[in-house]
Amino acid sequence: MMLHYFLRRTFLIGFVFVALTVLAFSLSYLFPGDVLTNVSGLTNIQPEQQQALIEYYALDQSLIQQYIAYVNRILDGEWGLSFSSQQPVLSEIIAVFPATLELASYALILSFVLGIPLGLFAAVKADSFFGQLISGITLIAYSIPIFWWALLLIMLFSLTLGVLPTAGRINVLFDIPTTTGFMLPDIWLSDIRYKSEATQDALRHLLLPAVVLATFPTTVMIRFTRDSMLAVLEQSYIKTARAKGLSRAQVLYHHGLRNALLPVIRQIGLQFSTLITLAMITEVIFSWPGIGQWLLDSIYQRNYPAIQGGLLVVSCLVIVVNMLTEILHTLFNPLARKA
Amino acid sequence: MIKALLSLMVPCGSVLILSACQPDIPETIQQGMVYCAEGSPESFNPQRVTSGTTIDAISQQLYDRLLDIDPATGELLPALATQWRLSEDGRTYWFTLRPDVQFHHTAFFSPGRTLNANDVTFTFNRILQTDHPYHQVGGANYPYFQSVDWGSLVKAVVAENSTTIRFELTRPDSSFLSNLATDFAAILSAEYAEQLMQLGRPELLDQRPIGTGPFFFKEYKKDQFIRYYRHPEYWRGKTELTQLVFDLVPDNAKRMAKLLTHECDVVAYPRNAELKLITERPDVEVQSQTSMNVGFWAFNTKKAPFDNVLVRKALAYAINKDAILDAVYFGYADKAKTLLPPTSWAFYHDLPEQQYDPVKAKELLAQAGYPKGFRMDIWAMPVQRLYNPNALKMAELMQADLAKIGVRASVVSFEWNSFRRKLSEYEHDSVLIGWAADNADPDNFFRPLLSCSAAESGSNRANWCDPNFDTLINQALLTADIKQRRSFYLTAQLYIDEQMPLVSIAHSKRFQAKSVKITGVTINPYGGISMAAARKSL
Repeated sequence: MMLHYFLRRTFLIGFVFVALTVLAFSLSYLFPGDVLTNVSGLTNIQPEQQQALIEYYALDQSLIQQYIAYVNRILDGEWGLSFSSQQPVLSEIIAVFPATLELASYALILSFVLGIPLGLFAAVKADSFFGQLISGITLIAYSIPIFWWALLLIMLFSLTLGVLPTAGRINVLFDIPTTTGFMLPDIWLSDIRYKSEATQDALRHLLLPAVVLATFPTTVMIRFTRDSMLAVLEQSYIKTARAKGLSRAQVLYHHGLRNALLPVIRQIGLQFSTLITLAMITEVIFSWPGIGQWLLDSIYQRNYPAIQGGLLVVSCLVIVVNMLTEILHTLFNPLARKA
Repeated sequence: MIKALLSLMVPCGSVLILSACQPDIPETIQQGMVYCAEGSPESFNPQRVTSGTTIDAISQQLYDRLLDIDPATGELLPALATQWRLSEDGRTYWFTLRPDVQFHHTAFFSPGRTLNANDVTFTFNRILQTDHPYHQVGGANYPYFQSVDWGSLVKAVVAENSTTIRFELTRPDSSFLSNLATDFAAILSAEYAEQLMQLGRPELLDQRPIGTGPFFFKEYKKDQFIRYYRHPEYWRGKTELTQLVFDLVPDNAKRMAKLLTHECDVVAYPRNAELKLITERPDVEVQSQTSMNVGFWAFNTKKAPFDNVLVRKALAYAINKDAILDAVYFGYADKAKTLLPPTSWAFYHDLPEQQYDPVKAKELLAQAGYPKGFRMDIWAMPVQRLYNPNALKMAELMQADLAKIGVRASVVSFEWNSFRRKLSEYEHDSVLIGWAADNADPDNFFRPLLSCSAAESGSNRANWCDPNFDTLINQALLTADIKQRRSFYLTAQLYIDEQMPLVSIAHSKRFQAKSVKITGVTINPYGGISMAAARKSL
């Protein structure tokens, strides 16, 4: 039964990948300019190179064959050159992508750590002052445009109080060699003498962007946990459990939370694309050198090979995360498997 | 359960904030300086660029030149060359090299010898000899040297022995030494180039630089930062700074914010609008320097209707420069009459000033056959430059001015690198851009901007090639007599005024904001900024 389900999912994901690569492939033709330039990323093609390049990129063959050649190149890791730097697009993506993942995952963790307990609290004490307060603040935070919120925090903590930096991942004077591309692991893996200072500095740089980016998913998490918990608490099996003599905490934990969190897991997948979009905005505001800022720069520079590659990576990430949460949801919820 | 979680979270948060209040920066970081620059470098070889941003970031930090320019007087000083002399016919120069000058020792190169004449011949032959193995590397593009027409001027660069170099010229040229002292004439390492050639990676010469300058290259993260460390064996003595980082922050507001939060020690190009605000802060100091630069509006003179001199003059009359000076430069600039700033010795003081006269402009347009005006594009550069701090705003002001004479202008802008590329391919109608001088010689304003060779190399924004004008500026170089040269330059200025290939708008002051802890970083009126003398007090 489970195996069948996984096969179906894998099949579906395969189709989505095909659709995505078709879209990315067609962009070479849809973007203005010369197709060969868009495909290869070479801005300065000499006439004597032209023929060899056309053959290499299979541009003289049918569209289907070109597409197959394109997919082969993607799988081989040959994604063309960036117009602006004339460096391979894939290596640029590999350089910036970890920064985005790092920021997004810290924000996601933050939203779990804050969102679920607060949501539970708001559900259990729905009528108390604090319950109302949480719901109220959540509504406000949910409605705040993220760029405005980020600027407010910068104005307060950086410009007025002067306690937190405004931009970047770490003070640029710290010379941290890149091994994984993730800042904190890189600091711990490096052999510099000032690890604790560097860690502290990196955390100070991380704090504002992570809080800003976590704001939206936290509010979603609170609202979802609260609603779902309230719905679960209405169920008759909760009343039965209480009637059997289980303590309030036991009921909440064993019968309430497990059932209430199921829809929340699904929600993560659904919110992930929003999270990535917000991460791009956050990156631009805090000069966080991630894929969002890189992609926006590429769009501004009309850097077509980079736009193609960036879109492919970002959409693949969103789909994979969606799939994973879906599978997780199914694993935890026998009802969903049958449907 | 909830209480437990909350109690876990509270101390965690307070620890973060407390630690944030007292950043404990280790000693090795303390003598490092962060310079927040306005853009990314295009290359790490000054021969290959003209952009001031790139020159600021690389030239004075990584390299030395044969000669230097005294920033106070504009006189030439010995640098890598200790002495030089000129033959009687003015066509041969000899330079004697400084002994024991060390190249950078980095992770990617260990020098086997000190500077000698081969390094100098390599540096210049790469530019001059079209069959040189390095000439074609990176596209044979040496914009500054092409714009001053070095190819036809310098016949040969010869090493007579390990410390003497001979330059043979085809004609006397009084700006030759000044050109050798510009930031573009940086001396590269021939040994390093040879090594790269053997490795089959010659293009790295322009990407992973080796020079003799006060700092050596550690790493460059594109659009993020450039990291330099001090050169321990620098021939002028090692610098006080142990580390120098160029933090690349194109956004003006972010650069200002980083100055106020002390993330930047020195900030390039603070916005004129904010100068007053930051001068009031006790921890920030604003420096200014009257600089050799000009902001102008160039017409693509090969495109109709701008090939008609009446049209160009009409457009010049239509522009209200006073309003532009107020709104764009906030009064921190002098109104320009001609390309040369008033501080230059060749400036034409009696040249009549271009008046703002829309009525006259309409008459001229009618004479030119455009009584109803026309449509045109004004290209406005996307970045803040000394000579034009806000080209987009300027373009909008001009748009309104032009509408009064029936010319419907649209404002066009691209990302800076594409913008420059499209300009050098002459895709524009007209462009708001400018020039900052690299040396004190007036030739530096005329030849790179308006000569025929500049039109070919793509740096002549007016795409203007006029043999009469070329003759004038060439004759000015044949003599070393200042009076004679001056009269040629006066005529040249008059000729530009008649032909109007471009409208000079303003000569701006250059500003820099820095933390009061930093001393020894001054703006150089003749080119790139130098950090060699910078110090940081704790």
